[in-house]
Amino acid sequence: MMPPVHALLQIATPQLPPPSGAVYLIATVIKMVVVFSLYMVTVALLTLAERKISAWIQDRLGPNRVGPGGLLQPAADGLKNIMKEETYPSAANLPLFVLAPAMSFVPALLTWCVIPFASPLPTPWGLIDMVVAPLPVGYLFILAVSSLGVYGIVLAGWSSNNKYALLGGLRSSAQMVSYEIAMGMSTIPVLLLAGNVALGDIVRQQANGMWNVLGLTVAFLVFLISAFAETNRLPFDLPEAESELVAGYHAEYSAMKFSMFFIAEYANMVTASALMVTLFFGGWDIPGHWDVAPWTVWKTVATGAFFAFKTLFFVFFYMWIRWTLPRFRYDQLMALGWKLLLPLSLGYIVVIASAILGLDAAGVARGSWAFGGALLGLNVVIVAVLLFLIDRGRLISPAYSRLDQRNVEKLRALAARSALMTEGRN
Amino acid sequence: MPDVPSLFYTFHFYLFGLVAMASAVVFVTRRSPVSAAMWLVVVMFSLAALYVMLDAQFIGVIQVLVYAGAIMVVFLFVIMLLNLGHPAELADARGLWWKLAAGAVGLGLVAELFTLVRGATAAPYTLPAGYAAQQVAAEGAIAPVAGPLFHEYLLAFEVTSVVLLAAIVGAVVLGKRRADAR
Repeated sequence: MMPPVHALLQIATPQLPPPSGAVYLIATVIKMVVVFSLYMVTVALLTLAERKISAWIQDRLGPNRVGPGGLLQPAADGLKNIMKEETYPSAANLPLFVLAPAMSFVPALLTWCVIPFASPLPTPWGLIDMVVAPLPVGYLFILAVSSLGVYGIVLAGWSSNNKYALLGGLRSSAQMVSYEIAMGMSTIPVLLLAGNVALGDIVRQQANGMWNVLGLTVAFLVFLISAFAETNRLPFDLPEAESELVAGYHAEYSAMKFSMFFIAEYANMVTASALMVTLFFGGWDIPGHWDVAPWTVWKTVATGAFFAFKTLFFVFFYMWIRWTLPRFRYDQLMALGWKLLLPLSLGYIVVIASAILGLDAAGVARGSWAFGGALLGLNVVIVAVLLFLIDRGRLISPAYSRLDQRNVEKLRALAARSALMTEGRN
Repeated sequence: MPDVPSLFYTFHFYLFGLVAMASAVVFVTRRSPVSAAMWLVVVMFSLAALYVMLDAQFIGVIQVLVYAGAIMVVFLFVIMLLNLGHPAELADARGLWWKLAAGAVGLGLVAELFTLVRGATAAPYTLPAGYAAQQVAAEGAIAPVAGPLFHEYLLAFEVTSVVLLAAIVGAVVLGKRRADAR
């Protein structure tokens, strides 16, 4: 018997056969070149965007001298970093010291080859998938590759032979290993709904039903937080906390090698944003059921643009958070990862799996309005319970909100005690 | 795997095989534990590539995810905490006789492999040509592994998780023991 979700995926059967042989090879090379160049240009421009957005948030102007509105600033920075002298610590392990920047950058780039970035493109030679390598193990490939990202940082910290760098490397390996687990667990509900790990199937399931963020909000929140921790961005940038570790793992790096770490950070940000979009925001899907077969060139262009828009929104979100929130303390970071996110995502898997099992047993077809509606209703209940019953305004209260009664009493008791202590000493 | 391997396929198969063996040799001859660990990662990668070429994508990815991505990272973590940073000061714990014995065992294994490859493989251990690729095309990469694991071998699978739980409990007990309570 065919599982219902496979029957559903047959709706999206392409009207053209996939290309074969030489056409496939040429198309893949073209896709690789286009994706790589677009990606690198975007990453370069993001370094400027970060400074512009920070300036905007802090009410400054930001870089505006090089080119129109500062647009050529990344080029100037790149030129400066290439011309600068490279310094090597005399006690460094040189081969690993040189290898580390590349190893932190390559995993972010590799991930892109399995992310579908637009609807399939019909050409006279067949239907070409808009993804560099449509692997059958897509999502697992991403997990495997992103688990390698930690090597660059750990090796940079160790090979510099510098205590601050080593501390940064150790912190980051502990942090990335911890949050990797929560990240992997949070996406299992997505795979349960899609019935497969191929990213193309995950996107198609969302295009035919509804975006996963509507049905699996908790999974999305856990993934979002873990992705911030995985990319070492504020509020999780403890590996390079400049107030305590100078610059952490890249304290000893100069010129273009330092720049490489910088590029890797932005590359990781773009990749994580693209993953959030693919797993939870429908990938290249545009709401409304018009981006289905038959495929046309215009659909490819529109879905590609919409995918870029969604991805860039999350990149902006990263920057927005960076210039808004302060850094976590190390014990807070570990407690959040192991005591909150991991049990939460494990419990959520059980809830979602039971819901899917129950709906299947009740004979509700996957992808039908009833199925989506039931998940949506369950999601509203879970989110309400999590945010208002369990949290009780500890995390979700804005910074300027009035203190609740309990906290006011606690503070009063504390003040009274310290007043007593001062009196006693006098 | 195609029925008659193309030149492209054969070239890459032997390439990854050579890389795996060469890195394994480098791995056991390094003095610095960190470099040795990194060469082991290269071995894992080449093995993963070989698995993928044999149409076992799931095993290939799990190889990278578990061995290279998790176990080796924890290894590195421990090596860095032990601060074995000065390989020159590190005495080689293995004597000449141990090295000779290890070499003899290695030769024995190679001989065994050659005999196995030359003889015909028994029927239950072989699949029809292209079977794995057909399965991946029909059911995806995970279902052929997940199906038997959660139906026929469910009991064994769950018992394995109990073994892992015992290991975790043991680690927690050892970790909780304080230095003075020895």
